[in-house]
Amino acid sequence: MSREARITLLVLVALVAGAAVAFGAPHVLSDYFVRIILLIALNAILVLALSLSNGFTGVFSLGHVGFIGAGAYISGILSIPVQQKMALLPHLPTFLHAFSLPFLPATLVAGLLTALLAVVVGYPLMRLSGYFVSVATMGFLIIVNVVLINASDFTRGARTFTGVPLETTLPWVTGWLAITVFVLARLVYSPFGRAMKAVRDDTIAASAVGIGVLRTRLIAFVIGAFFSGVGGSLYAHYLGSFSPNTFYFALTMSLITMLVLGGMGSLTGAVVGVICVSLLSEVLRSVERGFTIGDFAVPALFGASQIVLGFIFILVMIFRPKGIMGDRELTFGLTQRSATVNQTEERKR
Amino acid sequence: MATPSPVLLSVENLEVNFGAVRALKGISLDVHAGEVVALVGANGAGKSTTLRTISGLSRPRGGKIIFDGKPIGGIAPSRIVSLGIAQSPEGRRLFGGLTVADNLRLGACTRTDKEAVGRDSERMFMLFPILKQRLKQLAGTLSGGEQQQLALARALMAAPRLLLLDEPSLGVAPLLVRHIFSALAELKRQGMTMLLVEQNITLALDLADRAYVLRTGQVALSGRSAELRDSERVAQAYLGEAT
Repeated sequence: MSREARITLLVLVALVAGAAVAFGAPHVLSDYFVRIILLIALNAILVLALSLSNGFTGVFSLGHVGFIGAGAYISGILSIPVQQKMALLPHLPTFLHAFSLPFLPATLVAGLLTALLAVVVGYPLMRLSGYFVSVATMGFLIIVNVVLINASDFTRGARTFTGVPLETTLPWVTGWLAITVFVLARLVYSPFGRAMKAVRDDTIAASAVGIGVLRTRLIAFVIGAFFSGVGGSLYAHYLGSFSPNTFYFALTMSLITMLVLGGMGSLTGAVVGVICVSLLSEVLRSVERGFTIGDFAVPALFGASQIVLGFIFILVMIFRPKGIMGDRELTFGLTQRSATVNQTEERKR
Repeated sequence: MATPSPVLLSVENLEVNFGAVRALKGISLDVHAGEVVALVGANGAGKSTTLRTISGLSRPRGGKIIFDGKPIGGIAPSRIVSLGIAQSPEGRRLFGGLTVADNLRLGACTRTDKEAVGRDSERMFMLFPILKQRLKQLAGTLSGGEQQQLALARALMAAPRLLLLDEPSLGVAPLLVRHIFSALAELKRQGMTMLLVEQNITLALDLADRAYVLRTGQVALSGRSAELRDSERVAQAYLGEAT
């Protein structure tokens, strides 16, 4: 089979399998497992969005959760039913009272407005490199949090924002995940993706060959923000009610852990990281409630799962600092990368 | 050269500051089309700074840089590459996490003529055969000499009209230095215009038609390579006032 034919086949198989899981799982599995699959798919969107700047372009952003929060609130405000909006958010500008958008348009608008926000934020910040851009984007996250708490006409302030219709189902999330993977794979493995990695490896060399460093970083940042906003909207319609602190340091840490654990230069690595961390924390959470083996009862140790996760993170950083996948992709034999590395090693011998 | 070819690059009274340090104190030089010009001088004389300012990586504080009749001082490095100046930077600065093939493709990233890019990569494999064998290897895993060849090839992939070379012999084994300089001589025969910065003055003067000797941010003397080779004043410029 030719390479193209194999790629097409692989994509088809993946799509059919994804659709089967999305539509079949709720009939076969219990609600608990459906919820885990849904959260894995949702977090995969968020971590993939993060990987674009943090992994592929070398701009280690700590502010993407700000975009997720913005997307969640924008989409929430747009899609609360009209009567409820009067009751919950009485001080909204009247034009926002007048209508309520269905799930899909609300999600798209949330993504686009978030991307616009990223243009404004990114234009000054993408000039920075290394630690500086991390600290500056963290500043952006803090600003978003403070704005969400204080713009109480729009967000109910520190009180719970509620009334968002619960419309995020497994097919929606897997659909958006498929779009995210498709767009990012096309982008990362294109000439533009090569420019992103060049900027990551050496900004001076990148300028010397004629790449616009600021432009490249900004595009990666904005596209990542779009999918963060979309993910935020999905999150909002999954939770139904949330507060500004839902989208703050705890979520930032968890997404970054997943990304770093999976491997920063790999799309499949991002997904592998999400799956590992999600499954592990589910297992650990059930263990920490306490259990009995035979006559021996293990008491509940609340918080133990966080400690174990932190410990595993440290171990991975020591023994596999580039994450589980590093910059390799899991493509079922389609990549030539590992093969050639072996070849050159043989030649050296 | 019997008839003087037109001036391709002319630098007039170039000044560059790094903070309070005056790195270049008014350097003037010109490079004619088809010519190889060397900048030589001791560490800190301002050779690399001159190249970096021409390629747009450093901003000039004063003076003019004129390439092919157009002033290019202080414009973005990516535009300068499009205008036809490519640099092989000091210390090679490859994209270590990417393959040799990707590094070459990135060298041509400002070009849109796909077929010509393909022809040029074939030319690179003629000039540097080792790169063809290493195509899918990560650039960071190459030896110093191979990396230098890749850095040269990457710069050439931009199809420049002027090639800026910053220390092509740095960190390269002596045998490979000879190989690299014979490749540069081949490029010169093909008519490539080059501005070369090189610590190894013998190598530099053997390749170049003319040279400028820099000392503490100024041109100390200049002339045809053959004349400078035997000049006592070159040694003087290198060693300071001592001799």
